[in-house]
Amino acid sequence: MSTREIVARCERLFEDLRFGAVKDWKAAAPGRKAIGYMPIYVPREIIHAAGMLPVGIFGGGDQLEVIQGDAYYQSYICRIPRSTLELGLTGRLDCLDGMLFPSICDVIRNLSGMWQIMFKDKYVKYFDLPQNYDDDTGGEFYVHEMQQLREDLGRLAGTPVTDERLRASIAVYNENRKAIRELYAYRAAQPWQAPTSELYLVLRAGCVLPPEEHTALVRSYLAEARQETRPQRDNARVVLSGSFCEQPPLGLIKSIEMAGCYVVDDDFQLIQSWLLCDVPLEGDPLEELSKAFLHRSTSTSSKYDERKEDKGKFLLKQIKDRGAEGVVFAAASFCDPALLERPMLQQILAQHKIPYTAFKYAENTGQMAPIREQAGTFADSIKLWSAA
Amino acid sequence: MSTVLKKVVQKEDAMLLQKELINRNYHELATARETNRKVSATFVPGNLNELLMCFDFARSLPETNALQNGMRKKSGKMIMDAERDGHSEDVCTYVKADLGMMLQGQVGPTGEPLPTPDVLLLSYTGCFTFMKWFELIRQKYDCETVMLHVPYQGDGKISANMRDYVVKQLKEKVIPTLEKVSGVKFDIDRLRQYMRESAKAEEDLVWTLQSAKHKPSPIDGYFGAVYYIGPIFTAFRGTPEATEYYRVLRGEIEQRIREGKGPLTPEGEHPGEKYRLVVEGPPNWTSFREFWKMFYDEGAVVVASTYSKVGGVYDFGFRHDPERPLESLAEYCLGCYTNLNFPQRIDMICKYLDEYQADGLLINSIKSCNSFSAGQLLILREVEKRTGKPAAFIESDLVDPRYFSAANIKNRLESYFQMVKQKRAVH
Repeated sequence: MSTREIVARCERLFEDLRFGAVKDWKAAAPGRKAIGYMPIYVPREIIHAAGMLPVGIFGGGDQLEVIQGDAYYQSYICRIPRSTLELGLTGRLDCLDGMLFPSICDVIRNLSGMWQIMFKDKYVKYFDLPQNYDDDTGGEFYVHEMQQLREDLGRLAGTPVTDERLRASIAVYNENRKAIRELYAYRAAQPWQAPTSELYLVLRAGCVLPPEEHTALVRSYLAEARQETRPQRDNARVVLSGSFCEQPPLGLIKSIEMAGCYVVDDDFQLIQSWLLCDVPLEGDPLEELSKAFLHRSTSTSSKYDERKEDKGKFLLKQIKDRGAEGVVFAAASFCDPALLERPMLQQILAQHKIPYTAFKYAENTGQMAPIREQAGTFADSIKLWSAA
Repeated sequence: MSTVLKKVVQKEDAMLLQKELINRNYHELATARETNRKVSATFVPGNLNELLMCFDFARSLPETNALQNGMRKKSGKMIMDAERDGHSEDVCTYVKADLGMMLQGQVGPTGEPLPTPDVLLLSYTGCFTFMKWFELIRQKYDCETVMLHVPYQGDGKISANMRDYVVKQLKEKVIPTLEKVSGVKFDIDRLRQYMRESAKAEEDLVWTLQSAKHKPSPIDGYFGAVYYIGPIFTAFRGTPEATEYYRVLRGEIEQRIREGKGPLTPEGEHPGEKYRLVVEGPPNWTSFREFWKMFYDEGAVVVASTYSKVGGVYDFGFRHDPERPLESLAEYCLGCYTNLNFPQRIDMICKYLDEYQADGLLINSIKSCNSFSAGQLLILREVEKRTGKPAAFIESDLVDPRYFSAANIKNRLESYFQMVKQKRAVH
């Protein structure tokens, strides 16, 4: 398949709010089950090892008309819980046998309890992630949490999730993460060859495809993208930060690019690159997953920074490693973690004389002109400064 | 020239005692440097006051500072200052009031200066914003911060894994950090002694809140209760002063019951109980009296509230247990109201409606507080479905005066009282 065909396939998967790919996967063999997960991170390896399909649920985007979901939320709550409820209440998530709600914020946390009440026939779990990073403390707690999930899913699957199966799934996801790291590295090196609007769709395909198939898809996109020759523009290289939960509409990503920015790093689909290195296949698989989470994982605003000097370190590294010239803070409206974090990161960027700009969006933002204008002005200012 | 006579606000002895305690704490904070005391800051839900006292800390609670500033009409400017300093209009106004207070020179609600904390005890119970709040303060003041991650009761229960995790953090992180900052060695027997005091005060607090089961209720379980919970939710739980406060309070309420009286309002005796309500959600602080007046003017009494459980749920049997001090502290943190999952919160409200023979539920939905507010409309539906009692929904904010629309709230309340009346006529 050509790049265009791959992207077109990913776009079809992205736009399909009836989750046809999940239904097809389930229909391909009797007894198959699918488990949904919300942002920001769950160990998908456990779901996969239970023989189930992990399905990323990132709201309804800009194509879903939210009617019932709005009846459950005040105007000052972000949009992702209302569109997710809309998906559930309109039967679009009937193909899921369960839902995991990781600890990211109070809204998603409360949604876990709402789901327990509203979808009583489904498996629902609030999945707590440790904010203490000592192996003996946070690690022990986290291993227990994962063990609980492993037992629950084993019961649901009707067969225990063995260490052997877990190791096999870890290997599958190691490959997937490796492919994604390669994709991110390639985009950072030649962003005109792998535009973020395409990369984003390739990532989103990972929400509904089995990881083996997604890895192959990422690799074919990379191979095809390398074959192409696309025009290089004099764009500003930026890191996009703050879009880790409710996703911006695709049009917004395109607008930022059209306005003269090459996005060379982002946090759209953190789960896919959360663990920064391969998880070792030797040893106890849950302990290895725990160590990877505690010591070798990404940094984001829902995670506690133990020391003051850790704040912004990850972002600064992203900027340095990717050769970025500035940061675009794009956060969903009413997103507590991103918006509370932002002033701290901005202060650190100011100290390092790194330019930034900031705006808010909703997943159904339709008016792109102001964002295009702001991103364009930002890109121009970077170019002017760098020329000076 | 006309003379305007200021109305004298009516207060019970216990209310005066409570005010004295709170003011004394502010004075202790203001003079902490002179008296050579180290200062801690921590939050109301999951407040480990007994533990902090073991290290002789003067104790500041940023939410209380914000609400006290709100009640004194000082928070509006603080919030706007924080927004001008780059903080989003979308986020919690407690945080912004606190940051704004710092920008204005860190003068506390009573007019005395508040010292920079020596340690931030981030007992992270039931609210993610707490975590960011202390990260923001740490960024500004560079003070020692220690995290106590309290897992959420997602499955509606406290598992051994959750409890052990909290205990381990207390032993391995929190206590060593507090020892290091304070220079005081931890003494578990001292902790036990404070916890014994806590349990005594908790008994009388529960008795006080449950006195609202009487008809007429001798207390207001929301507007009045915010005074009653003051000492135990802040810097006094575990002190003999708090025990004494609750003893006096209980005595006053016993007297009110004997005399068949309703609650005391800022304007004197309650005009007579016509409606008994359960309220979910925190109050608005910037127009607190005006808000309360909308209730008692209509003859409404709040007989139970969830907000009065935000710093600890005691009415289902939990007491601080000196025999197992760290486990008990862990269970306290894990059991705070906003750490309960939705089915638990709904069960609790339905139970209150039944046990307190309430006419209905009112939800005061707070813009700032996603921990309380996200999903409250489902609570409303479920409670109505399960109890058949009418529920209503109003919106305001904690300490942002821009989000208190008196006319809208009054209209809503009046319609709600009509609804309750009609419902009664039908049954």
